[in-house]
Amino acid sequence: MDGKTYTADENSKSISAFGSFVKDAFNSVTSGGSRYHIWMGSLTFLMLVAAFAYSVQLREGLSVTGMSDHVSWGLYISNFTFLVGVAAAAVMLVLPAYVLKDVDFKGAVLIGEGLAVAALVMCLSFVVVDLGGPARMWHLIPFIGLFNWPQSMLAWDVIVLNGYLVINITIPAYILWKHYKGERPNPKIYLPGVFLSVFWAVGIHMVTAFLYAGLPSRPFWNSSLLGPRFLASAFAAGPALIILILGIIRRHTEYDIKTETLNKIALIVTVAAQINLIMLGSEIFKEFYAPTEHSASAIYLFFGLEGQNSLVPWIWTGILLNVFATAALTLHRYRKDIRLLNWACALLFLGIWIEKGMGLIVPGFIPGQWGEIVEYFPSWVEIAVTVGVWAFGAFVFTILVKVAVPIELGKVRFTKD
Amino acid sequence: MDRKNKKEETLFPILGNGGGCGCGDEFEVNKSGYELFFERKLDRRSALGSIAGGLMAGLGLLNAACSPFGDTEKAELQWDDYFKKNFRLMSDREKEETVSRLERLYERNNRGSVNIAATDSQEGVLYGYAFNISKCKGYMDCVNACVSENNQDRKSGMKYIQIHELENGRLNFHGAETDFYHEVPAAGHFYVGTQCFQCENPPCVDVCPVKATWKEKDGIVVVDYDWCIGCRYCEAACPYHARRFNWSEPVVPEEELNRNQHYLGNRPRKKGVVEKCTFCIQRSREGRNPACVEACPTGARIFGNLLDPESPIRWVLANKKVFRLKEDLGTEPKFWYFMD
Repeated sequence: MDGKTYTADENSKSISAFGSFVKDAFNSVTSGGSRYHIWMGSLTFLMLVAAFAYSVQLREGLSVTGMSDHVSWGLYISNFTFLVGVAAAAVMLVLPAYVLKDVDFKGAVLIGEGLAVAALVMCLSFVVVDLGGPARMWHLIPFIGLFNWPQSMLAWDVIVLNGYLVINITIPAYILWKHYKGERPNPKIYLPGVFLSVFWAVGIHMVTAFLYAGLPSRPFWNSSLLGPRFLASAFAAGPALIILILGIIRRHTEYDIKTETLNKIALIVTVAAQINLIMLGSEIFKEFYAPTEHSASAIYLFFGLEGQNSLVPWIWTGILLNVFATAALTLHRYRKDIRLLNWACALLFLGIWIEKGMGLIVPGFIPGQWGEIVEYFPSWVEIAVTVGVWAFGAFVFTILVKVAVPIELGKVRFTKD
Repeated sequence: MDRKNKKEETLFPILGNGGGCGCGDEFEVNKSGYELFFERKLDRRSALGSIAGGLMAGLGLLNAACSPFGDTEKAELQWDDYFKKNFRLMSDREKEETVSRLERLYERNNRGSVNIAATDSQEGVLYGYAFNISKCKGYMDCVNACVSENNQDRKSGMKYIQIHELENGRLNFHGAETDFYHEVPAAGHFYVGTQCFQCENPPCVDVCPVKATWKEKDGIVVVDYDWCIGCRYCEAACPYHARRFNWSEPVVPEEELNRNQHYLGNRPRKKGVVEKCTFCIQRSREGRNPACVEACPTGARIFGNLLDPESPIRWVLANKKVFRLKEDLGTEPKFWYFMD
């Protein structure tokens, strides 16, 4: 570990420290005010509803969803795609905090990594609930099953998402563990992981973009801009969510998040949102200046096709939210006002969720391969499961924050007996 | 070989062998399934596989053990079926064991029995298909023959073949009906059938994360239904809308079931897996025409071996002006269209 050799005595001390860490963590998680318990209770309720809905789906099959052979991916994969971006966005805090040694990011980075863990847990859940044969998921485990790597982008995604999850669990866990024991974390141990995570974060989102961009059969996705666009929208939506969360943590705990930190993150959100809009404009120009047969999906999405137009109000809501929030963020006066900043971030997050979730996945399938237009509407099962997975993510994140914050505040420390 | 004898010979070894190692250990009928299971030699794949899924299958076994009839045979068959390999990795012996296990399981679960083949591709065979647009009149006999030959789900009305009713004047599929209930041929229209084109460069195969679908040596793109995890990436990747997913448990009435089956073809599927046209692999590998070709009343459908200069498909390619759909995608379909 630190280059020292441990004696048996030190090892047993380490084990007892770990035992007390688990105990303290459990105490932190289970104690809180009534609002905390109502929050966790509500999340649990939503997860139970989702569990019931999923049991219906397991029994009846995916026919209880709104998906069909025409639109074969829906709400689940839409949320998966969006959340990969939220997970990747942690890099926007990791990079300045650990690599550029910007003190303003130090307090936020652990929260960002916790958010990445929660987002990844949601991503993996969304993929699992979308599978027709979850019982045969072991076929995906390398060496035990049969892994189509490097051909399949989905195989790549399994590797990079799980790898990123491991990185984002181990680095904060090590740092918290050291702080818990009242020691300084050794940069030689965590910095290599940090550097890896910076590249890995870009990797997970590019791979997820390639999953779609690599399909010539779907012209709507088959664009070289998709990867960069994924990154831009991710670096807008993810940090926007982090700003909202840091605001809540600041209000409800003694954990010190400086206004300067929020301002710096807000700048990241602003620039990323601007770049995202430029790319959106570029795509819209290409689809509508000289529309070809390959523009049919975009026409369906923005204006409707042959009288079918269920996504039109959806996408315009998303675009308006995006434009409005980006404009507000661009003006210094508004961005520096914390209340307005929170509003702008919330609207931007929602706008990108609409645009990059169902606004991206569903029109990829419409019109179908022979021009047929079959629309998609999520069923109550899909909605219940989706809400439940989000609740699960929020549950995981709350637990992580509830453990990390008291340790970082120095309130919870390992005491040698 | 007499079918019944073969079954008795091959059924019991699998209880001790599970399709896992194929190391050919002796079996003793007196031993219980548990003993046989725990005494068998395991390779890394099946050992880890057993651990990974052990809980799930164990619950099934427990359930069966507690049932009033103590149906351990069925539980063991299901256990072994769950942990079997991808079909492509099986030895010939394992294929045979797997097939007889499936036949036995079908007997246990249903009234009748089925006959599942695992026939391999033949040397010097590469299947191709041609569709005569001038001749097709939209009678849909091919569609119906396909559904009953391939045991497609009757409940959802699954169809591998689509007959598009196109307006005269241009070859444009947009707005063309595929479900029409009027007299055919309709005036001012012509008919074009689509199904899986068995691409030489199939995008659906590349994207599968678990290699549950592949192109056989004779050019047929197949799915191992028991290996598919149901992610539907292949459905998104196919430019020809050739793949179908079992959104719920497929239903085929016992009396309508085609009992002559192939492991990679028309054997019963389960919910949550993808399937597709296989040029009727259970027929074509026996030297017969696919059901759609046989059923077509106008002779619009031509099938044959592309490597055989005397085959009807080669005649069409040599003597007709042919074209393929969406050639710009580079998928190299083995499905051509032509006109008289």
